[in-house]
Amino acid sequence: MKRRPFLRETVITLVIAAFNATSAIAGTVTVVTSFPKELTQAYKTVFEKANPAIKVEILNKNTVQGIAYVRELPAGQRPDIFWASAPDAFEVLAGLKLLDNVADLANKAAPAKVGNYPINNPQGLYLGQALAGYGLMWNTRYMAANKLPAPAQWADLTKPIYFGHVAMSSPSRSGTTHLTVETLLQGEGWEKGWTQLLQIAGNCAAITERSFGVPDGVNNGQYGIGLVIDFLGLAGKYSGFPVEFAYPSVTAVVPANIGLVAGGKNAAEAKKFIAYTVSAEGQELLLDPKISRLPILPPEQMKGKVPPGYPNPFEIAKRAKVQFDSELSEARYNVVSAMFDQAITFRLKELQAASKAIREAEAALAKKPNAQAAVLLKQARDLAYSPVVGAGMAGDKNFLALFSANKKDAAVNRQVTGLEDNWNAKARANYTRSKALAEQAGGMVR
Amino acid sequence: MTGRPGIWLAGLLALAFLLLFLVLPVARVFVTAFVDGDGSPTLGHFGAFFAQGLMRESFFNSLYVATMSAVFAALIAVPLAYFTVRFQFRGAILIQTLGVLPLIMPPFVGAVAMQLIYGRSGSLNLLLNEHLGFTLPLMQGLNGVIFVEAIHYFPFILLNLTVALRNIDGAMEEAAMNLGCRGWRLFWRVIFPLGAPGFVAGASLVFVKVFDDLGTPLVLGQTNLLAPQAYLRITQVGLEDPLGYVISVIMIVFSIAAMALSARLLRGRDYSTIQKGGVGIQRRRLSAPGALAAYGWVGLMLLVTLSPHAGVLLLSFASVWSFSPLPDAYTLAHYATVFQDSSSMIQNTLLYCGLAAGIDVLLGVTIAYLILRTTLPARQWLDWIATASLAVPGIVLAIGYLRLYKGITLPGTDVLLTSTWVMIMLAYAVRRLPYALRSCVAALQQLHLSLEEAAESLGATKLRAIRRVVVPLMAGGILAGFVTSFITAAVELSATILLVSADSQAPMSYGIYLYMQSIAGRGPGAALGVLAILVVALGTYLSNVVVERTGQRFESRVVDEDLPPLPVAAAPAKA
Repeated sequence: MKRRPFLRETVITLVIAAFNATSAIAGTVTVVTSFPKELTQAYKTVFEKANPAIKVEILNKNTVQGIAYVRELPAGQRPDIFWASAPDAFEVLAGLKLLDNVADLANKAAPAKVGNYPINNPQGLYLGQALAGYGLMWNTRYMAANKLPAPAQWADLTKPIYFGHVAMSSPSRSGTTHLTVETLLQGEGWEKGWTQLLQIAGNCAAITERSFGVPDGVNNGQYGIGLVIDFLGLAGKYSGFPVEFAYPSVTAVVPANIGLVAGGKNAAEAKKFIAYTVSAEGQELLLDPKISRLPILPPEQMKGKVPPGYPNPFEIAKRAKVQFDSELSEARYNVVSAMFDQAITFRLKELQAASKAIREAEAALAKKPNAQAAVLLKQARDLAYSPVVGAGMAGDKNFLALFSANKKDAAVNRQVTGLEDNWNAKARANYTRSKALAEQAGGMVR
Repeated sequence: MTGRPGIWLAGLLALAFLLLFLVLPVARVFVTAFVDGDGSPTLGHFGAFFAQGLMRESFFNSLYVATMSAVFAALIAVPLAYFTVRFQFRGAILIQTLGVLPLIMPPFVGAVAMQLIYGRSGSLNLLLNEHLGFTLPLMQGLNGVIFVEAIHYFPFILLNLTVALRNIDGAMEEAAMNLGCRGWRLFWRVIFPLGAPGFVAGASLVFVKVFDDLGTPLVLGQTNLLAPQAYLRITQVGLEDPLGYVISVIMIVFSIAAMALSARLLRGRDYSTIQKGGVGIQRRRLSAPGALAAYGWVGLMLLVTLSPHAGVLLLSFASVWSFSPLPDAYTLAHYATVFQDSSSMIQNTLLYCGLAAGIDVLLGVTIAYLILRTTLPARQWLDWIATASLAVPGIVLAIGYLRLYKGITLPGTDVLLTSTWVMIMLAYAVRRLPYALRSCVAALQQLHLSLEEAAESLGATKLRAIRRVVVPLMAGGILAGFVTSFITAAVELSATILLVSADSQAPMSYGIYLYMQSIAGRGPGAALGVLAILVVALGTYLSNVVVERTGQRFESRVVDEDLPPLPVAAAPAKA
């Protein structure tokens, strides 16, 4: 084991490499982003060409790790720009005072709002850079093989025929999933909204941990239908996969954002980059089929560059029946996320089992009606598809405040986890009982 | 022996490394689990953990999955190891080389590939459904996790057990056979027990690794296990949830306990044999039906364990692959994309992982020696601390580094220490240390003290005896440790993502992750995955060659000096 010469060499290389590896040269703009390479590369190439003195360094990290990365670096050593979808990530950064005001960089030609949602942060801490809506994506081969009709609305996904063919992510994992869930809850009301959500979840084959897991699974045919953000669905289609994408009539359209990190190295150059991404020229890049995102500028301002048939987010947002209330959404953010996880994500197996029993009993009853069995079946449905927290409690300010209190406080934490445990246990008991009732009902008509 | 300053120095250096790059950074993060909102210490968060039914359920699920995975991994690995060592078996080299490949599966790619082959709409189930009208839920529920984990981690047992079996003194077997012991009885009563340190080292690693594994359950959608529960809480945007850290602390305690238990199993017995290498257990010819059964089993196992690799290979050539047993069409475009920007990634991977694995075997040999050969106080702690790193989530370690070394710059520059690649390499070394350590401990356990004493009574200094006798005789185990550390570091991702601070530092695992984030990137990601597998396999092969050369050099030098020839190092894999 004599490798001293080798070791010495290594140490020398190591020191040399460590010194020149990372010192960012003046004029380098470092961008932390969760966006795929196709998108970031397109902006980097064009921007560097227009500004030869500035180099753009892209650091790809998922949203959570991106926040941790920015937070843990000392001022003056931080990256310059944070660029990601989830508005909540920017709220966190803003809360930590890690964002500088960029209101003056906003594109004045862009409308103030899409639907009822402000495109740029009202405090000016981050700007909307592209728009995205949620919709349904399905694999045509999978649908043909399983003889399934294409869905059009969220409510279609509650139908028995789609049992075991759907996939979605969880609001605690994906900001856009949270918006979709919240839109549904605001559109249908708390109780009815949850009932619909629970029915859709009961049809789900999986609640994926990453929001990208849904389009990926639909693309390779693991799942038939997925609830996805539009560009992921469209990009699959344009890459040649046998998938289709559609917006339901009720959907949330929200901006993906870009912000200037406080304490970055090259704020002046970074501002140029941000301004470029929201400029008319920068917005045009979004229309590339491989990127397939929606510009923040209305189509009429895109100088005819928008291909025919390209979705118009402002029309979609206008169609939406829901006037999205972002204050309400924020107030119950943690409650909705926690409820979804405790009652759906962590109890999916039991919910699926209950749904399966209910679907089978429904089919049996449709062939051979039976009043007594119908009563049992209704009980089973009520048990499985009612939220663990009623509308009254969900509107209680004190209750909501508990969930936004500091969880580092042991007493608060104990109270919150106690409630979560309660929901989890209640959901499990409900699903088990529901399954038994549905099976009983099914047995009566067999 | 406690009095020797050299031993104290070695112990302190090892401890300093562990403190600086494992204990202190992790403690910086884990403090959250123990403090109240106002910063005063509390155990309230632990109370909240134990009060939750979901947590108890997760704990038992984790226990079940880890145990069953170790059992199935043993079912795959023990016959493979036994056949290759015990019989004149064609393809032993093939098994040794291919047997390591499952570990090289890069994250994301491996999961995608397994889904493509065994998933709900994977090749296997599509074919089964078309021709036989049924499907196998291989990738569903906890059993799916066990299936994937066993396939992924059985090499830990294979590598360690093979080395252990090779180290068994042939005289033991002959003695048993003279006394009339044959066949299964010979295996169960003599050979397997003598190889037990290797088996226990491998099986306990599988157990702890599966217990702490995050990627597989998440990809399969199994959230009710401890590691995913911790991860989901730690990584929720904007919430610093102490419960996530509480779970991590509990996993660390449990992992250490499992390791301590496995050490206890071996305690009080002597596994060392004095004669080394001269005659190992004899290789025999297989009878015709035996050969058929053996080749059949080996073939089946290789087919199953290598199917993810086949999946990745297909994916890297596929233009579109969706809901069909095989891709629609093939293309070379993905490789063209990847070749443009991967050469620096390959270099980075080799550099970081080579250095990290080097540090690991150095520390591994040192700690193993301190534990087994000295009476240094609290020496067992070194082992426990090193092992605990198995249970530290990569993201926690990385955040710990960023926090502990915040603002520290390289001397004379304004470059942050944490933005150099040295941090990435150290994170690899720390996270993969337990693998190298287990292999080294097992190798030293089988080495009789008298060999070292003989060298010393012939006038060798302690250091010289270690360098010229102990280390060469442990070479097989050291190599196994180096290889496992190296290849598992090559696919490390969670700490990598956080610590990479410039594109130029990115290793291959990061590149694969980056590609796999988008739909158009799946092909290039798989192509880079194939390259990673090739590079790491090449690295493994080269390290085999290096160790073999070292062994030969020792042999020839001894002859030159006209001394009685020392036995060759326990034959490393002849690959």
